[in-house]
Amino acid sequence: MTLIFPKESLSAFPKHLTPDYRSTVKRSPSKPLIIIPHTLSELSGPVYGHDAVQGGDADLTKQHKGEPLGERIIVHGHVLDEDKRPVPDTLVEIWQANACGRYVHNVDQHPAPLDPNFTGAGRAITDKKGYYRFITVKPGAYPWGNHHNAWRPNHIHFSVFGHSFLSRLVTQMYFPGDPLFPFDPIFNSVTDEKARQRMVSSFDLENTIPDWALCFRFDIVLRGREATPQDTDKH
Amino acid sequence: MSEITPSQTVGPFFAYGLAPHSRCEWRPEQGKDIYDWKETAGANLVTPDASGTKIRIEGSVFDGDGMPINDAMLEIWQADAQGRYAHPRDSRTRPNTKFMGFGRSATDKSGTYSFDTIKPGGVPGPNGKPQAPHIVFCIYSRGMLRQVYTRLYFPDEAANDSDPILGLIPADRRGTLIAHREGRSELPVYRFDIRVQGENETVFFDI
Repeated sequence: MTLIFPKESLSAFPKHLTPDYRSTVKRSPSKPLIIIPHTLSELSGPVYGHDAVQGGDADLTKQHKGEPLGERIIVHGHVLDEDKRPVPDTLVEIWQANACGRYVHNVDQHPAPLDPNFTGAGRAITDKKGYYRFITVKPGAYPWGNHHNAWRPNHIHFSVFGHSFLSRLVTQMYFPGDPLFPFDPIFNSVTDEKARQRMVSSFDLENTIPDWALCFRFDIVLRGREATPQDTDKH
Repeated sequence: MSEITPSQTVGPFFAYGLAPHSRCEWRPEQGKDIYDWKETAGANLVTPDASGTKIRIEGSVFDGDGMPINDAMLEIWQADAQGRYAHPRDSRTRPNTKFMGFGRSATDKSGTYSFDTIKPGGVPGPNGKPQAPHIVFCIYSRGMLRQVYTRLYFPDEAANDSDPILGLIPADRRGTLIAHREGRSELPVYRFDIRVQGENETVFFDI
């Protein structure tokens, strides 16, 4: 199996310059990006094994003496390639605000409490079927300075590696039906409605554990699909 | 029509998740400068079994106003001293079995990052043409909705002249990818500043 990474697949990504998200104005390249072929340097990428994750890394509610406050949730799903094949043994890292919408970070000083029983970082390695599963608490919404009365919808940050450095993805998982969606320039930086919905998890009643935790499903599709004979001819 | 999951910004608060031991001045508790969380990858790539020349890479990241970006994360990906990648796509025998070639560093309050690593060897390129030694850089930050890719090349490398990737870059911008050798200490230090936008903007790749 030889994977290729067509550039067309990136059409769903946000533009570097998205002025409604103010910080992009001075942090987006202004000169043309240079087209280069995919060499071994791009087609390879870091490979993490199961030793990168320790027991308990995927349960964010068990990292301190007590349980964190907030709504306990399960977040699970599959990491797939563009042919919808599982991406096995790949590292998934998450970080998030606590239930009050506060991050364990000096720059976040908005008046909401830190939770001594919650840091908000987790990691997992996908299994042979590309499956991962976290237990955490639902992050709160929080204000930010982009514009007057700006609030981020509830979200969990995801970082995923995949088969090569070209499949590397940093994204955010949102929750279904969030009333803040229409007002968030980061969410709306993805201009295609269908593509935007791929960042929204779905409520998973079937895997919700009675009397214990709601469940949300978030499947992640990374760049990379199998080369067809036609593609191979080009090389 | 592709159905990949779109990218979103890493945001300003990634340190405790992705770079907990980096020059982290962001931890809320007094008296501690790192988060109590094992790193996935840090800024020191050197392993005891790695052969080759130890080097340090240092630089700063600047925005379009020339202001340092103090909340960026850089990831680097490189071959070992023999030019081999720790990846199944590179099937050549790899003597440095523990050298992974991947590192992460967050920038500090002055926008500065650094890596300790091994100078990579040249690696195979397209159509059998060799590539000059280089390191792939990936940059993430608040205000960047998707990562940008660039490469660091080394000064005084004859192979740069025939490198198939450098050859694709307009001559007047090529210099943004060449690190500068600094200092005369035993440890070679290469300075590689990254300008995200504006004058002397670093070349980024459309890949």
